[in-house]
Amino acid sequence: MNRQERLAALKGAVNRRILVLDGAFGTMIQGYALDEAGYRGDRFADWPSDVKGNNDLINITQPQIVTAIHDAYFEAGADIVGTNTFSSTQIAQADYGMEEIAAELNLEGARLARQAADTWTAKTPDKPRFVAGSLGPTNRTASISPDVSDPGFRNTSFDELRDAYAEAARALIEGGVDILVVETIFDTLNAKAAVAAIEDVFEALGVRLPVMISGTITDASGRTLSGQTVEAFWYSLRHGEPFSVGLNCALGPDLMRPFLADLSRVADTLISAYPNAGLPNDMGGYDETPESMAEDWREWAAAGLVNIVGGCCGTTPEHIAALAKCVEGLPPRQVPKFDPRLRLSGLEPFTAAA
Amino acid sequence: MTTANFINIGERTNVTGSARFKKLILEGDFDAALAVARQQVENGAQIIDINMDEGMLDSEQAMVTFLNLIAAEPDIARVPIMIDSSKWSIIEAGLKCVQGKAIVNSISLKEGEAPFVEQARKIKRYGAATVVMAFDEDGQAETAQRKFEICKRSYDVLTQDVDFAPEDIIFDPNIFAVATGIEEHENFCVEFFEAAKLIKANLPHAHISGGLSNVSFSFRGNETVRRAMHSVFLYHAIPAGLDMAIVNAGQLDVYDQIEPELRERVEDVILNRRPDSTERLLDIAEQFRGEGAKKKVQDLSWREEPVASRLSHALVNGINDYIVDDTEEARQASDRPLDVIEGPLMDGMNVVGDLFGAGKMFLPQVVKSARVMKQAVAHLLPFIEEEKDEGASAKGKILLATVKGDVHDIGKNIVGVVLQCNNFEVVDLGVMVPANDILETARRENVDMIGLSGLITPSLEEMTHLAGEMDRQGFDMPLLIGGATTSRVHTAVKIAPSYQGPTIHVLDASRAVGVAGSLLSDTMRDELVSQVANDYEDIRVKRAESPKEDRLVSIARARDNAHHIDWDGYDAPRPTFLGVRSFDDYDLAELVRYIDWTPFFRTWELAGNFPKILDDTVVGETARQLYSDAQAMLQRIVGEGWLKARAVVGFWPAGRDGDDVTLYADEGRGEVLSTVHFLRQQVAKREGRANMCLADFIAPGDSGVADYLGGFAVTAGIGIEDKLAEFEATHDDYNSILLKALADRLAEAFAERMHERVRTEFWAYAGDEDLSNEELIKERYRGIRPAPGYPACPDHTEKPELFRLLDAGENAGITLTESMAMLPTAAVSGYYFAHPDAQYFGVGKIGRDQVEDYAARRGEPVEVAERWLAPNLAYDR
Repeated sequence: MNRQERLAALKGAVNRRILVLDGAFGTMIQGYALDEAGYRGDRFADWPSDVKGNNDLINITQPQIVTAIHDAYFEAGADIVGTNTFSSTQIAQADYGMEEIAAELNLEGARLARQAADTWTAKTPDKPRFVAGSLGPTNRTASISPDVSDPGFRNTSFDELRDAYAEAARALIEGGVDILVVETIFDTLNAKAAVAAIEDVFEALGVRLPVMISGTITDASGRTLSGQTVEAFWYSLRHGEPFSVGLNCALGPDLMRPFLADLSRVADTLISAYPNAGLPNDMGGYDETPESMAEDWREWAAAGLVNIVGGCCGTTPEHIAALAKCVEGLPPRQVPKFDPRLRLSGLEPFTAAA
Repeated sequence: MTTANFINIGERTNVTGSARFKKLILEGDFDAALAVARQQVENGAQIIDINMDEGMLDSEQAMVTFLNLIAAEPDIARVPIMIDSSKWSIIEAGLKCVQGKAIVNSISLKEGEAPFVEQARKIKRYGAATVVMAFDEDGQAETAQRKFEICKRSYDVLTQDVDFAPEDIIFDPNIFAVATGIEEHENFCVEFFEAAKLIKANLPHAHISGGLSNVSFSFRGNETVRRAMHSVFLYHAIPAGLDMAIVNAGQLDVYDQIEPELRERVEDVILNRRPDSTERLLDIAEQFRGEGAKKKVQDLSWREEPVASRLSHALVNGINDYIVDDTEEARQASDRPLDVIEGPLMDGMNVVGDLFGAGKMFLPQVVKSARVMKQAVAHLLPFIEEEKDEGASAKGKILLATVKGDVHDIGKNIVGVVLQCNNFEVVDLGVMVPANDILETARRENVDMIGLSGLITPSLEEMTHLAGEMDRQGFDMPLLIGGATTSRVHTAVKIAPSYQGPTIHVLDASRAVGVAGSLLSDTMRDELVSQVANDYEDIRVKRAESPKEDRLVSIARARDNAHHIDWDGYDAPRPTFLGVRSFDDYDLAELVRYIDWTPFFRTWELAGNFPKILDDTVVGETARQLYSDAQAMLQRIVGEGWLKARAVVGFWPAGRDGDDVTLYADEGRGEVLSTVHFLRQQVAKREGRANMCLADFIAPGDSGVADYLGGFAVTAGIGIEDKLAEFEATHDDYNSILLKALADRLAEAFAERMHERVRTEFWAYAGDEDLSNEELIKERYRGIRPAPGYPACPDHTEKPELFRLLDAGENAGITLTESMAMLPTAAVSGYYFAHPDAQYFGVGKIGRDQVEDYAARRGEPVEVAERWLAPNLAYDR
């Protein structure tokens, strides 16, 4: 299938049923227990700084692991897998001094996922598989000061983020992704820069892909780290006309549900959700089992809350297999239509009367 | 979520408009500048306008610094920002700093179409709305026609060339100064109003804004006249289409309260009604300079008495006109400000408390007294804090909260007021308070007891949960339970066993003082606690003894004994439309005559039926006073548009399927739209009585009768928050409770009126119906409108589906909390059944077999159904 056909197939599938995303990538990589040398491979054997933990680097140095993880999720029943490029921006790669290979990480990450998806589409032509190019939040925030005693200070800017995201998005598209996903958003201003960058790239390349937007509610307060409620968050990003909006990370399904319901009520686009397998336990692991999460996922689907579901930290192919099974045959959420209103936001939403 | 009818945009954070703000920014005093922003928000600005256009400044840097600082202040950053500059580079710098969706102020065709389009494209990419000035290559528009033409051209370019969302366009058709002495300026306001009307009529979804203070520019230095001009301008501009204005939030006068002569002359100027308007306004303007347009008041004899007696008189009679002056006089005569509270004010409140306790004063009067007290205390507080004085020693400290998921607080507020009147310190956490917040606050504030309130049945579960949490976390303070849905039996059986500490159900506000007082008394506490514990144990024992499930029949048998309707020959009326119809901004005046007043008096703990209660020998006088206050407020609610009513009704082809009703998308009845699940009575019935279920009133899908089910959601509470905030700001509990109670009544009246229209007009099966309000209240009509969560269909969780079918959020502005309470609280929703046999009943207790069947039908775990249906379960989970 070419890109045009894949996008048509994606739209057809998402209208008919709930689509399944993959689960955690980092958790799976941990299973391989790579050491410093494993991360470096041959090419970066002499790199001046430690690179262990730079999970995106294995797109170049251990591509077979990346492919194996994608395969495991496709086999479990995922319709869409995310590329292993969560930290492949110049800003995030600066931790390892690897800014110069950020674009390459995206390109390779996209290619590996593309190959895996095409293989599986060939195996199960009635269930075409898709690739979502991951754009993570970076490790800097455009609207929060890293220095409590200097609240006006910022260690990054909208323009810097926009440039970094544009480079990453361009490489992901070049590598063959079907979707771009701006995920784990804890500062909406970062995401606004990403959305602007993506629009810039679409305009420059003359293509337009579906964009998924996924925010992170950090705790039971129901707000992003930068302080917005989910409704305010949605109004901040609605101008990007995203394919879907949703929540991921930080919370398990039980704690995520009320905020997901809030979002589902106000968003006139598809809803995605990929929670963690609960909150981290004392050992830093996650306790929610495939069965326990399946119950939540099924309830979400039955309540008509979701269109695209998957797992984040701590979830495994077993979780995704349980997910694929439990949402099978359940109808997707119907996208509501709202009258045009002036909808603004600060940390909280604001709607003008008609 | 905030939804606003008229939007106040705070103007004080503008260096071109505020000399003080400019000075602060130039001096780099950003802390003080932030305080200005905060004050705007606190005073009701729903958006804040920020402008740094000043030659002496690096304006871009100032914009960025200030916006970054605001981002760190949640109490300011909660509102959207309007980025205001005449320079594009400053606007763009600002857009890069805000995570919310902001408004740009402004762009225009001043430099032609090319830069206009380019800037609009960028604004779109940054995700902001924009103000567009009525300004083009030829300059600013002054006449209505030219204002409109420029706006239309801008609109066409934006919507067609830029694909800019029309609802994100806000036109500023230029508010110019009038009464300048220049003849050409005299019609400026009229031109603005006319332009606004044209824009609203011809440019769909676009909004209109303006900078209000311009209009009164020629009266600089005369605040009274300026404020009057602003109010009068808005009074006429809003109906013409003005949606928002940049104003000094907190400094808007009420049109009706402007001194009449001043108002008339201002109105002459604004509306350009006579050639000498300006002269006539100038003639009287000086009288108001620095004065304030205050009315003279007549002197009253009690005003001649010493200040302590005056305070007491004011408290007992609930008169707040002089309270601040009297309090101040008393303060100056006292050694310490606290003496005023502990002396004359407390004495006065003790009289009130005694009269209330003796049944000689009633709740409405007590609440008015409390308003006076609060206002007096509010005046003294700054002085007390200044002296770093200890607070008055209260009898005890009580935390009050409406539990998570519930939004109803009239009763809780009344309890709070009554307790305060009796010298208890009340920590009121408001509504929808999570258990953890309650417990943390209880611990931090070291309260003596916790009082929980709730009106809807899911709140009972939350209270039980909270009791369990108190136990788990080792609390031992008393827990008081109150609210319409609570009961002594439920408290005894479900809540008290979860908590080792004293747990007591309090029937109403008048009992709250007695219970709280006893609990804090060394001599009475133990007796009360052990007596309640014994009573509750008796209740539990009796319940355990009476066999529960035995009194029920199996669900299969109950279904065999369903209410039978002979569908052969039944001609099911067809609604005049299928699907939903919404009613925006329904005329409140039409609803007033449908108000059922009896429950209104019950809210205020005045028992008796309306209108007889007005002549009651005991409470008659109070009831009459309350009724007259209510009528006066009702007039303002309707006349000044304090509240807005919205509704949505819908009808769907329906067929009964067992105890469910299947709804179809259309008359073809092929595509299933939804399924509504009902519950059936399971209590053993005597011969000839059916085990009712609402589904019985709908023709079965296979009966050959094409039947229908209706649904509705109505509210009369849109906009109430603004008014309540005003009352809260003036410590006016009386009017706050009065408004909430009236909004509730209006919502019920709306439901009654809408049901009448359904019967006679929309479903139209009772076209010849002609009933008086009394007959309506007694439900002497065909058809019913049962509400999910109430006795005939007690499952609250059917509400989201009903709301989805109706799209009640969008169509009527009503949303649901996690416990399925409706927001705004003044709202009613339910189903419509048309069959003549349809009647109200209570489902009552149900057995495990039905619950399991019901959960399966709904496709949810049995435990979920059990949790929501807890009050109806005939068995222990």
